[in-house]
Amino acid sequence: MTVRKNQATLTADEKRRFVAAVLELKRSGRYDAFVTTHNGFIMADTDNGERTGHRSPSFLPWHRRFLLDFEQALQSVDASVTLPYWDWSTDRTPRASLWGPDFLGGTGHSRDGRVMDGPFAADTGNWPINVRVDGRTYLRRALGDGVRELPTPGEVESVLSMATYDMPPWNSASDGFRNHLEGWRGVNLHNRVHVWVGGQMATGVSPNDPVFWLHHAYVDKLWARWQRRHPDSRYVPAAGTPQVVDLDETMRPWNDVRPADLLDHTRHYTFDTA
Amino acid sequence: MPELTRRTALTATAALAAGAVAAPRAAAEDHHHASPDSFDEVYRGRRIQGRSTGGHHGGYRVTVDGVELHVMRNADGTWISVVSHYDPVPTRRAAARAAVDELQGARLLPFPAN
Ligand SMILES: [Cu+2]
Ligand SMILES: [Cu+2]
Repeated sequence: MTVRKNQATLTADEKRRFVAAVLELKRSGRYDAFVTTHNGFIMADTDNGERTGHRSPSFLPWHRRFLLDFEQALQSVDASVTLPYWDWSTDRTPRASLWGPDFLGGTGHSRDGRVMDGPFAADTGNWPINVRVDGRTYLRRALGDGVRELPTPGEVESVLSMATYDMPPWNSASDGFRNHLEGWRGVNLHNRVHVWVGGQMATGVSPNDPVFWLHHAYVDKLWARWQRRHPDSRYVPAAGTPQVVDLDETMRPWNDVRPADLLDHTRHYTFDTA
Repeated sequence: MPELTRRTALTATAALAAGAVAAPRAAAEDHHHASPDSFDEVYRGRRIQGRSTGGHHGGYRVTVDGVELHVMRNADGTWISVVSHYDPVPTRRAAARAAVDELQGARLLPFPAN
């Protein structure tokens, strides 16, 4: 059974295996297909048009399924590997072990944002940025530059306390849990973390930075916590909503999976802690 | 609310840019086509332009040194671009300037890239 662990608790061997599996997906070309898919959705999802991956109720089930695909790809390389999560409300500085040279490497050089250490630094030759929106082919970060502070535990708590999953108009203007977690409204959780990391993480091609998966694994865990906190709250909308994925409608690009199929994460994985 | 600072990298890259200060150009010669929200200026050494492309679909094009920048309007009227996708700013011009800040002199690739 797949258990997703807090990145801060990984052993040296677990970090090594995770990194090696990610690098192998990159080498084989499978990694970049995930980046392309994500950018395609982020550019196409609009507030007044069809919206699936972002700025809509299906933000959470869409990313849950996207992460499952990626985790299964990792496991096809090394069956012992699972996706770790990054609790950014706790490990909230560039000095966290997450950013160590034995794991993701640190922030970028102040001049050009280039990450200089760790397994994903351009100098290793193992991490070319191929799916990109500008001419730069090296991984970049600017930890804490675009926005000074990561969300606090109190801010996370304030969003988890919202009992309604989502609300009309089912987009970036919505009130409710989903949009506050996504960050278009209110204290801003998920979006702010992308901005805090900077570099490719602040762009449509954000999965170019492996921290993308650890960030979204924690967003996904917050959804699970919210479900336990509000057992009577449901995914909405239930049916008949133009441009929006209802509970029993299939989601692109898979076309064979519905939000209803993804509400219970324990069919696929569990977490190390509640 | 957290303080959303503009990128502190600004100061680091300002020295690299040919002109560190935004210098609005004289209104384009085809001013009769210009919508009120069009712009054309050199910002930190890069030419940024935004103008409506006509047609009944309300098309609009933002470019950085002539290369189109993918921008998107949020329901509340704010804007984002593909190089700054999680950080809404008030106008398309602000999105173009944020893109120049983010690019740090790099050229934009035409989208969809690759
Ligand atoms: Cu996404
Ligand atoms: Cu994200």
